[in-house]
Amino acid sequence: MSLAGLFLITFLLVHLGLNLLVITNNDPMVFNKAAHFMSTNKLIKVFEIILFGGFLLHIIYALILQAQNWLARPKRYHKTNKSETSPFSKWMIHTAVIVLTFIVMHLFDFYFKSKFGGAPEILVGGEHYHDFASMVVTKFRLPEFVILYLAAFIFLGFHLIHGFQSAFKTLGLNNKTYTPVIQALSIIYTIFVVGGFSAIPLVIYFQ
Amino acid sequence: MKLILKIWRQNSASERGRFVDYSLSDISPESSFLEMLDILNEKLIMEGEEPVVFDHDCREGICGTCGMYINGRPHGPDELITACQLHMRKFSDGDTIVIEPWRARAFPVIKDLTVDRSALDRIIEDGGYISVNTGNAPDANSIPVNKEHADLAMDAAVCIGCGACVAACKNASAMLFVSAKVSHLALLPQGRIEARERVHKLVARMDALGFGNCTNTGACEAECPKGIKLTNIARLNREYYRSRIF
Ligand code: HEM
Ligand code: SF4
Ligand code: FES
Repeated sequence: MSLAGLFLITFLLVHLGLNLLVITNNDPMVFNKAAHFMSTNKLIKVFEIILFGGFLLHIIYALILQAQNWLARPKRYHKTNKSETSPFSKWMIHTAVIVLTFIVMHLFDFYFKSKFGGAPEILVGGEHYHDFASMVVTKFRLPEFVILYLAAFIFLGFHLIHGFQSAFKTLGLNNKTYTPVIQALSIIYTIFVVGGFSAIPLVIYFQ
Repeated sequence: MKLILKIWRQNSASERGRFVDYSLSDISPESSFLEMLDILNEKLIMEGEEPVVFDHDCREGICGTCGMYINGRPHGPDELITACQLHMRKFSDGDTIVIEPWRARAFPVIKDLTVDRSALDRIIEDGGYISVNTGNAPDANSIPVNKEHADLAMDAAVCIGCGACVAACKNASAMLFVSAKVSHLALLPQGRIEARERVHKLVARMDALGFGNCTNTGACEAECPKGIKLTNIARLNREYYRSRIF
């Protein structure tokens, strides 16, 4: 669970790096070529399988964990828990379901379209490329799409701000010197990832 | 003080329970929470009703028997105390106080507010001790112990097995309790010898008894009357992986 979670955390950084190409480059072909490379390269194909495995593992463990935890308290308290704790931790499964819904929609929009057709194509230098860059720009001109996207990342942020540092505790990695650093990194990483992914629709929308 | 008490009444684990409202007046703000319940029970007995069953023993905050969930918090609205050390001055005149038993699958209700917490003893039985007789206290310096470890071990050893951590946890997990027991023995040379088997057996038993899993939420640490730290849970995880891998 924790290892799969940390793996997904590194994946998000790579994904963010690629996406930022859309707003940092004026030439849309930079992003299209990067996306093309990611969907055709053999080594990346291997990573793709590992990535799906990572998601699957994380989700399966999450479901088992959550089911056991709900079963461990068959009768709930009348006056609910007032203990002072991490608020994000209490909502992990709920933020997870929102993120999962978003991921499925996201796969329909990009992954399946690139595999089974439906994405716009352009011809550059005798080779066909999916024109994801202009697709992204078209979508992010729609306010409802921007809001949906931003909301999904805020919930991902809630998931990460607890998950990042929790994974280290689960792995037994804590001590007086590094734990405060990890707690700080957890916040910095979350702000960076949520901010980075959110900047893309905002920049395009207000362009 | 005038109070309205909303108390969970349940005859046995197999029967359904329900809340019953009681009103009390003339309660001194200086009386303890359990004294307040004693006054209620005397009144109930005089009226020919069944008194409310609740667990208590030392009434000094050291035995861990007096578990109850008061207004949404184990041991009620104060830090680092058990319910017997809670005083009515923490409440205001006219308050409604909701009192429930610890709720966890591993802690079935015996009657009213008393639950069967022996699941914690079952965990200890599986290795929460040192198997050899160590005799009288040895000379203080015959076994060198590093000061930092000695302090951490003693901090973990103050766990009184009250179960507030399980009661507070959204997953009804006993990780804080188990981590305290594992830590206080694993940090000292005498306990180190059996550390590997111990952590393994204790965790296996905890899982088998139907406690939930730890998600590092920290409600246990916030509610533990003895201030057991969450860092013990990370140590338990570390000990557990070490016992599996090396
Ligand atoms: C890119 C997406 C995701 C990342 C980076 C991520 C990361 C993490 C991390 C690091 C943890 C902490 C693990 C630990 O303490 O051992 C965690 C916990 C959890 N994750 Fe995810 N996760 C993601 C998506 C999902 C999805 C799609 C689900 C769907 C079911 C999910 C369900 C959970 C649950 C239920 C927990 C709860 C554990 C707890 O309460 O501490 N996560 N996640
Ligand atoms: S860890 Fe704290 S709350 Fe849990 S049983 Fe021990 S003393 Fe009670
Ligand atoms: S009765 Fe012993 S701790 Fe409260």
